[in-house]
Amino acid sequence: MKLVHKNIEKDGCGSISLIPEESEDMWHAYNLIAEGDAVTASTVRKVQTESSTGSSTSNRVRTTLTIRVETIDFDTQACVLRLKGRNIVENQYVKMGAYHTLDLELNRKFILQKILWDSVALERVDMACDPAQNADVAAVVMQEGLAHICLITPSMTLVRSKIDMTIPRKRKGFTQQHEKGLNKFYDAVMQGILRHVEFSVVKCVIIASPGFVKDQFFEYMMQQAVKTDNKLLIDNKSKFLLVKASSGFKHSLKEVLQEPAVITKISDTKAASEVKLLESFYTMLQLEPAKAFYGKKHVEKANEAMAIEILMISDKLFRCQDVLKRKEYVTLVDSVRENGGDVRIFSSMHVSGEQLDQLTGIAAILRFPMPELEDSDAEDNSDVDSDSD
Amino acid sequence: MARHRNVRNRSYSDDYDYDDLYGHSVEDESCLSPSDTEQWMYDRSRNQQAISAFLDSQNDIQEEAEDEVYDASHPGLERRDSVGLRSLNLSEDEEARLMSCLDELRNVLGDSVPDNVLIQSVINHKFDFNKALDEILNNKQSKDCDRPKEEPVKPLPTVHIEAAKDLVSTTSKAPIVISTNLEPKAKGVVKGFKVSSSDGSSSSSQTPRDQSPIAERGSTPKPDDDTRIVKVKESKVDPKKQYTDERGSEKDHLYIVVIGHVDAGKSTLMGRILCDLGEVSQRTLHKYEQESKKIGKQSFMYAWVLDETGEERVRGITMDVGRAQFETKTKKVIILDAPGHADFIPNMITGAGQADVALLVVDATTGEFESGFELGGQTREHALLVRSLGVNQLAVAVNKLDTTNWSQERFNEITKKLKAFLKQAGFKDSDVTFVPCSGLTGENLIKPPSESELLKWYNGPCLLDVIDNFNVPERPVSKPLRMSINDVFKGTGSGFCVAGRIENGILNKGDKVLVCPTKEMAEVRGLSINDMSSNVAFAGDQVSVTLSGVDIQNVSVGYILSDPVQQVPVTTRFEARLVVFNVKVPITKGFPVLIHHQSLVESANIVKLKALLNKSTGELVKKKPRCLGNNSVAVVDIEVCRPICVERYKDVKELGRVMLRVSGVTIAAGLVTDIYNT
Repeated sequence: MKLVHKNIEKDGCGSISLIPEESEDMWHAYNLIAEGDAVTASTVRKVQTESSTGSSTSNRVRTTLTIRVETIDFDTQACVLRLKGRNIVENQYVKMGAYHTLDLELNRKFILQKILWDSVALERVDMACDPAQNADVAAVVMQEGLAHICLITPSMTLVRSKIDMTIPRKRKGFTQQHEKGLNKFYDAVMQGILRHVEFSVVKCVIIASPGFVKDQFFEYMMQQAVKTDNKLLIDNKSKFLLVKASSGFKHSLKEVLQEPAVITKISDTKAASEVKLLESFYTMLQLEPAKAFYGKKHVEKANEAMAIEILMISDKLFRCQDVLKRKEYVTLVDSVRENGGDVRIFSSMHVSGEQLDQLTGIAAILRFPMPELEDSDAEDNSDVDSDSD
Repeated sequence: MARHRNVRNRSYSDDYDYDDLYGHSVEDESCLSPSDTEQWMYDRSRNQQAISAFLDSQNDIQEEAEDEVYDASHPGLERRDSVGLRSLNLSEDEEARLMSCLDELRNVLGDSVPDNVLIQSVINHKFDFNKALDEILNNKQSKDCDRPKEEPVKPLPTVHIEAAKDLVSTTSKAPIVISTNLEPKAKGVVKGFKVSSSDGSSSSSQTPRDQSPIAERGSTPKPDDDTRIVKVKESKVDPKKQYTDERGSEKDHLYIVVIGHVDAGKSTLMGRILCDLGEVSQRTLHKYEQESKKIGKQSFMYAWVLDETGEERVRGITMDVGRAQFETKTKKVIILDAPGHADFIPNMITGAGQADVALLVVDATTGEFESGFELGGQTREHALLVRSLGVNQLAVAVNKLDTTNWSQERFNEITKKLKAFLKQAGFKDSDVTFVPCSGLTGENLIKPPSESELLKWYNGPCLLDVIDNFNVPERPVSKPLRMSINDVFKGTGSGFCVAGRIENGILNKGDKVLVCPTKEMAEVRGLSINDMSSNVAFAGDQVSVTLSGVDIQNVSVGYILSDPVQQVPVTTRFEARLVVFNVKVPITKGFPVLIHHQSLVESANIVKLKALLNKSTGELVKKKPRCLGNNSVAVVDIEVCRPICVERYKDVKELGRVMLRVSGVTIAAGLVTDIYNT
């Protein structure tokens, strides 16, 4: 993302113009834009004109519109952001108050006006504009009969393809059916890799599986590459990294991202560090349950005592429709920072973020144990449950 | 139909009920307070009087029956229930006529008259159905009149219905009946009495220990009661009858899963047994020997009997469940050779889910046993898994004892360690047998030991005898059909095949079945059990079924074939009671897990921690806990990504068990307690 212009008043209102450069920036924009914001972007609109004689013609015109956002729609797979709202700046084609849906496009400037630019939003802008953070990794987690081809970007894990096949088991005298099924499966995975992984962008391709599936698959793929003279695969052979995972399901990516071999390759991606942090939260919960808490109530109480060392919060909470709620979370984040705590905003598009989302979306590791929080469980937890269910 | 339940659930499954309450280790239950004991445990001595009263009156009937049907020409007939036609020395023609007469008689009389009486009268009247019926009814009437004292013993409510039914059939089908109005009443009396008598005697034959706390549903019935019970089975419950007809003469099928740490010698042990029993031809064995020698792995020659794929042979490990069968004196044993490698535990779970009993193989070599048994070894995990999957009889083969020169010390050391652990895991001491053996040399496998070092201190059974001594669990044949699919493949000819285990009910060729969770109808085109085609298969069987009417793409491993009328519940969310094993990180809300259910593996989330329970008493400790730590017992809600078929544990045990695994480690086992409609 490129920051073109920034104009923010003392009271926090103002506008920022940005140019999204890659699909990931759409994700950032999705996290930035909230309902009620005003967005100015260039768009195409079908305009009907009526001539003096009464005949009407309609034609498409490119024009710049400013709308007050009412609905936000984000397609995670295609990374397309759609904003629907009423026009607030009249121009020659579109009347005031007419509805329009803006499709944010890559490499086209948009201006975002907010009544309040809070710290979380500003941080998001900084993060989005940081050019150092791009290291794409492709990962294939597989087991016999199931494979997920994923693309891991700094703030998103995208499942590009899921391959689910039934492979006949080995049985007496029928082993060839098993092997045939397996080869078919490997072929499908290989086609998936060729189709979805851009070797020019991707830093490395992780192949993870339990047992020997990964080795068998890699061998098969290289054999096929030699057979069909596939230059792309042969040239990028060194980019492949085989690691162990316990299954072919998506959440075993978490294990993959904890492998030391993988960490060295992708050390700068957010995904790996988030996984690590969440893991340390769980370890703390096991060893010293009085120092690890989750759920809004508990975390807020811990914050009141200035006990929070690391706050983990899912970005999903900031996208909530309720302005007041967002404000609460932002205050929480600010106050933790003020008290010298560390705040990590998890991307809900990563495996670890998904898990955090399930875990009420907010969790904290404390500096000192607060057993009294644990004792007040009974009444608190009921609230936590009800607002997350 | 309280009486049927009595019969169906005898002996075996009751033990299940009790022990399967997770968290009840054997120790837990043995320290009950006296008042609890009084409440829950059956004490033979306490109820002595009541039972003797029963026995008295029972004898009464018995004697009368004997008087009535006594016939010197066919001694022994009167005490038998099942139609022992062979003993009658009838010609084929006569036998056929007898059978048809019997069928007619049963139609009219229901099961109120013992078969032996029927046979007797049919033979007396030279296969004349009408005359025989006449005689029987007249006899009965007079007998009933002689016994007014039976009247007060009132029939159970259900019996009334039956009696009424009988009345209808009697009047409509047999006009010769002399007195219809007295009939049903008298019958009802006899029946009602039978129920109570079988109840009393069956519970008296039990030891207080294995009594189920929930209900005293009869277990092993006394021999003289057996007669009546089998008869009920035959004439009342159709599937049961079919089962006894088909399988009564055959040996019982026993499915045994072989488990243990990697390289404990599971496949070799099994391969050796198969070879020694002559299930593998000498030529094949010679071939394996040559080939294994060629790649320098001669010790693997027996393992190759079960490890068939090239991959498995080259690597020298089992990867998928291998299967083979052999026969012992009383049983037909089907072995499922599970992989020991940690990566293939999903396969092992599939295998263990189909088994009745388990054989745990441990390596006795110094250091090897320890590495397999200590944390991270598969010995523990496998044993816990099979226990959680409902296996409660276990044989432990202490393998490779030849490497320690058959040292008794070593054997005892291993036995001691394992005993403590297995007890903790929930196996009863009496259900676990330890056998020293060597798979490679074949010592103490199918023959008593010949090694002098071993003979010095061991005089127990050899492995084959231990296997032979396992109890075969009761097969729930009369429940609605449930079959879990663990393999889908293209068979020869039309359609495709699915293989799996029938958990409940029976499956006939030509049956319509529902493929769940997709709920598609399919027709059974063919059935084969252990590669032998068959017309009918029963609960407990491993079958491959040729299906038509559905596409092979729409059926996958883990699906359930269900009865189209009484369908298996399909859901994405259910409540389960978990027993958490040793976990590295605690389980919280939103914990992503892999759920293993039969052969199905699906990713799931624990969405709600409902309650933490006391491990031994099952009492509520804490509502809505924050997290579940090591060895806790809790009630949770689990949500699955895709709909799956589960049953409540209390309905169908096999389909009510789930395993939860995270990053290659089994973290918990659960029982489905409730299913939410989604």
